[in-house]
Amino acid sequence: MTLPLFPAEQDPGPNFAGMLERSAPWALPLRCSGSGTAPPGAQPAQPAGLAGAVAGTLQVPHGTTIVALRYDSGVVVAGDRRATEGVSIAHRGIEKVFPADRFSAVAIAGAAGPAIDMVRLFQTQLEHYEKVEGSVLSLEGKANQLAQMIRANLTMAMQGLVVIPLFAGWDHRRHQGRIFTYDVTGGRYEETDFHATGSGGRDAKTTIKLGFRDGLTRHQGVELAVEALYQAADEDAATGGPDPVRGIYPIVATVDDSGFERLPDGEVAERFAAVLAHRQPPPDGAGGAGRHGGESRRGDGRATRGRSRPAEGASIDDEAALGGDER
Amino acid sequence: MTMPYYVAPEQVLKDRAEYAQKGIARGRSLVGTVYDAGVLLVAENHLRTLHKISEIYDRVAFAGVGRYSEYDQLRVAGVRHADTKGYAYSREDVDARSLANVYAQYLNQVFTHEMKPLEVEILVAGLGVDGDAHRLYHIAYDGTIVDEERFIVLGGDAEAISQRFEQVFVPSWSLGEALSACVTCLAGPDRTLGPDILEVGALAEGNGRRAFRRILGEELASLLDASG
Repeated sequence: MTLPLFPAEQDPGPNFAGMLERSAPWALPLRCSGSGTAPPGAQPAQPAGLAGAVAGTLQVPHGTTIVALRYDSGVVVAGDRRATEGVSIAHRGIEKVFPADRFSAVAIAGAAGPAIDMVRLFQTQLEHYEKVEGSVLSLEGKANQLAQMIRANLTMAMQGLVVIPLFAGWDHRRHQGRIFTYDVTGGRYEETDFHATGSGGRDAKTTIKLGFRDGLTRHQGVELAVEALYQAADEDAATGGPDPVRGIYPIVATVDDSGFERLPDGEVAERFAAVLAHRQPPPDGAGGAGRHGGESRRGDGRATRGRSRPAEGASIDDEAALGGDER
Repeated sequence: MTMPYYVAPEQVLKDRAEYAQKGIARGRSLVGTVYDAGVLLVAENHLRTLHKISEIYDRVAFAGVGRYSEYDQLRVAGVRHADTKGYAYSREDVDARSLANVYAQYLNQVFTHEMKPLEVEILVAGLGVDGDAHRLYHIAYDGTIVDEERFIVLGGDAEAISQRFEQVFVPSWSLGEALSACVTCLAGPDRTLGPDILEVGALAEGNGRRAFRRILGEELASLLDASG
């Protein structure tokens, strides 16, 4: 590799992907269309047919549920560890929550391959910018940068390889944690309090909605994220729950003014144990099973329901009570 | 019919070398030395935001003297080279030696083929992995490259400063000791350098994945005070 030097009028500045396009197009991630700025020699990384073929005939691993929520001095970002290919489990221990840089986190749902590529490019881009420019991008700038990357993936998304990340971080200028969500076109939306996405996102989001209030502590925020992932795994076959047999637990991380911190597996395991303990029926057996409408929605017991779990009606009551207290 | 002037190649290169040396000699000097936790880089720099010392990658740092626009262009190219390599292969595959070689080739090419040589001297520092020695690479304006495991002085006054430094150098000194020796040697017998005209960076274990950090403000002042 030679030194990547450019004539002044073609200098890509702090844009890492733009620089790769000019100096090392072979290293660029899978993309269906070259951008308009690529020099004539740089061919698009992949012919347009491939993604269609991938989505149509091949199964590719998909990541599932990720959540983010704000607490009084930062944000919690969490994700389960399962990737699925159709109805099979592709990976049990895939990671979907990453530090984007010291003060931000990115979580991914969707086609795992392109998503992980996107995260790597995003991480490199943020650090590259910081080193070339000598200053760190604002949180807003980072969020917009990620939007551009999602937009660049649009052709692939149209053919089935959808990547929907979630971005959250600590804003040094506003002194608060902020959460950004995206759509496939690169549309960028700021969430005020929380968001969840992926196949179990709806269940996770409902759980957070019921338990959320302003001014949660870090401990409470983590607890709510864990509860949300538990509920998503309970309802969605593609979302993995805690796996004590293999020692695989969802990833839970926080970002505050001291930076990104991933909770140790042991601590996450404890939080899940606490959620489970909370769901144990009282010793006298007064679980209240079947007296809530939830039971009819779920029909007869699902094959996946754990033996140690209480009747579903009990958990609905718990949530209603939790939500009621908060209001 | 006019004949082009014949100039002997020796003369051409000599003129270019002289030109580059003059340019470099106008700038202020810089010292890079190993210490007990890594590599310390100290420069006399009267500019507050235009750096001579910078981070390239997790365990690689860069320092340059001479014409700012030229060594800064080299610094950015180094960041691009390292980031590309780390992205295409792996973070572990980025090392100071390979970058130093690329710099040497480029500087040599400019020196022999272009009208004007680059008026810069640069230093590439690499933090040793798993107890390996730290590496300091000195690359001159003509692409001459030297590797060192102890210290390197760059800039117009390099020879005199090197001699002073040789006498005080201790391989496993502490950050404070190394810093004060660097500052004393850079200053020479007749001057003292305050923290406001020093630029200090360290590549050290214990800073996390990105080993480079700047030593600034109060930390710098207190380190200088502590060492007298």
